[in-house]
Amino acid sequence: MLRAPGGFNHGAMASVWEYANPTRFIATADRLLPWVAAGAALALGVGLIWGFFFTPDDFRQGSTVKIFYLHVPSAMMAINAWAMMLVASLVWIVRRHHVSALAARAAAPVGIVFTLIALVTGAIWGQPMWGTWWAWDPRLTSFLILFLFYLGYMALWAAIDNPDTAADLTSVLCLVGSVFAVLSRYAVNFWNQGLHQGASLSLDAKENVADVFWYPALVCIAGFVLLFVALVLLRTQTEIRRRRLHALEMRERMG
Amino acid sequence: MMVELGKYAGTVLSAYGISLALLAGIVGLSVVQARRAKRRLAAAETRRRAARTGGAA
Repeated sequence: MLRAPGGFNHGAMASVWEYANPTRFIATADRLLPWVAAGAALALGVGLIWGFFFTPDDFRQGSTVKIFYLHVPSAMMAINAWAMMLVASLVWIVRRHHVSALAARAAAPVGIVFTLIALVTGAIWGQPMWGTWWAWDPRLTSFLILFLFYLGYMALWAAIDNPDTAADLTSVLCLVGSVFAVLSRYAVNFWNQGLHQGASLSLDAKENVADVFWYPALVCIAGFVLLFVALVLLRTQTEIRRRRLHALEMRERMG
Repeated sequence: MMVELGKYAGTVLSAYGISLALLAGIVGLSVVQARRAKRRLAAAETRRRAARTGGAA
């Protein structure tokens, strides 16, 4: 076990890196997965049923306000998934832990699905409210570019045979794409124009939606976060096994 | 338990339908890929052990 000598902080950090061991990661993920998956199903079920069936219509937007419970959590997680990929990519670049590179790879398909949900629900919601499916508004455009970055990231992983080279190049792409992940979040504030409103959920009470919409939205956000964690744990296990399988098959061919 | 969606019923239901289908899709795909990888790795590990035992004999 890796234990740096000295203060307790070093010991705590060393214990984090234990999960860079693929076997250790798979065993821990196996223990966590049923709980995280059950939490995700429960929070999503409660949040969506609460939001869909037991909240009133908005006085201006009518029943379309129910799209809020899918649109906002998926948009948040689209950005946060990229942030998680950025952290994992930096860990790969600095410490060369394969599990972190594989975790970043595992998160990309989940992130792109969240981005797609945000884009589609936004277009469906925008049509009756703004009178158009799409506008080249700062937030919408930066979200579309984030979607294209997800596609490019996944294509780059698939296009390169050497896994270490693929991890290096995709990590650099992830760093570059982070600019658009940040823009997706703050585009409205930067440019202060376009159709899209500012933050719906923030710590500033003046900006928030009414409590009757806010509480079920919080439960939905918890559901999306837990779903993301569950899927990343499962998919990282899969990537670790694929990597091991690839190594075994190469050895079989050589022998 | 019916909810009155009024003139926006199509809008709301299509948003929910597409989103839930996409979520079900990524969950289903992840589970299928996980099972396939686990099965294929187990088979490869068995072949490796068999080859080692055969080589030692």
